[in-house]
Amino acid sequence: MSGRVLVGVKRVIDYAVKIRVKPDKSGVVTDGVKHSMNPFCEIAVEEAVKLKEKKLIKEVVAVSCGPQQAQETIRTALAMGADRGIHVEVTGKDYESLGPLQVSKIFAALAKKEEAQLVILGKQAIDDDCNQTGQMTAALLDWPQGTFASEVTLEGDKIKVVREIDGGLETIQIKTPAVVTADLRLNTPRYATLPNIMKAKKKKIANVKPADLGVDVAPRLEVLKVEEPPQREAGVKVETVEDLVGKLKETGRI
Amino acid sequence: MANPLRSEVVRLYKNLLFLGREYPKGGDYFRDRLRAAFAKNKSVQDPEKIKEMIARGEYVIRELEALYYLRKYRAMKQRYYKDT
Repeated sequence: MSGRVLVGVKRVIDYAVKIRVKPDKSGVVTDGVKHSMNPFCEIAVEEAVKLKEKKLIKEVVAVSCGPQQAQETIRTALAMGADRGIHVEVTGKDYESLGPLQVSKIFAALAKKEEAQLVILGKQAIDDDCNQTGQMTAALLDWPQGTFASEVTLEGDKIKVVREIDGGLETIQIKTPAVVTADLRLNTPRYATLPNIMKAKKKKIANVKPADLGVDVAPRLEVLKVEEPPQREAGVKVETVEDLVGKLKETGRI
Repeated sequence: MANPLRSEVVRLYKNLLFLGREYPKGGDYFRDRLRAAFAKNKSVQDPEKIKEMIARGEYVIRELEALYYLRKYRAMKQRYYKDT
């Protein structure tokens, strides 16, 4: 086995930023807004780096699809311990309409090209909440998948994955090569400190276009509108228990 | 200041400054307090004391990393996981 792990990292609006919808309702304001690596992608990178530190795999390759700024996200992954990066350049309208279908085709092509043993992704991105890329990538490659992984153990040419599912945990065993998507409790990602970022400057980031991989990034979806959730209505104060019961009956709650 | 320790102190300062950019109360708030803290101890000469303060600075680094992680974890947990 090649011992190479591909990790997908996505550049998203930082989790702590208050999101604002554009006045024309076509999307969300991204200009001048702080961006960072998707939290679930951080967990994916951490898991890959941990596997390398345990000497169970040989190389961690961080991949990101997007414009020039996606390289910052790859640099963060390199600072966390990835060995090299691949920046798949997608800009402008293509980038605005880029979704799990296109990204999974890109990852499938790269996984084959790099002869990856394992592809680790975050379970979903905090901006679109699709939770589809990992599953689609596995399907395109015809590889087994261990999604919502809260524990990953390499056992020879098989992987034991403990999955977080409704009602508890499910343990499965899948053969490599495989796709794994990281859930919150998989690990605690390390912080990319300044010395690590400095060291990572020496690591290489290759530049690739979707066309080079034979992938068509034409969109299949059209966003019609983006709206804010309804404003929370103010609460109503009542004087007595009878009033409370009356109000509850009014709104059909009881 | 003792020469080898000087570069360690500068390195510590740079690391803390970098880490402080994400401080919840604002990078500026953190930077002002960081400068004040380092300026206050500017005239210390004793290498033992300096090493002690460097260790304290490194402790602050670990505390900050833990703070950032917990904030993010708690936010993700609240947004994506129903309380069971």
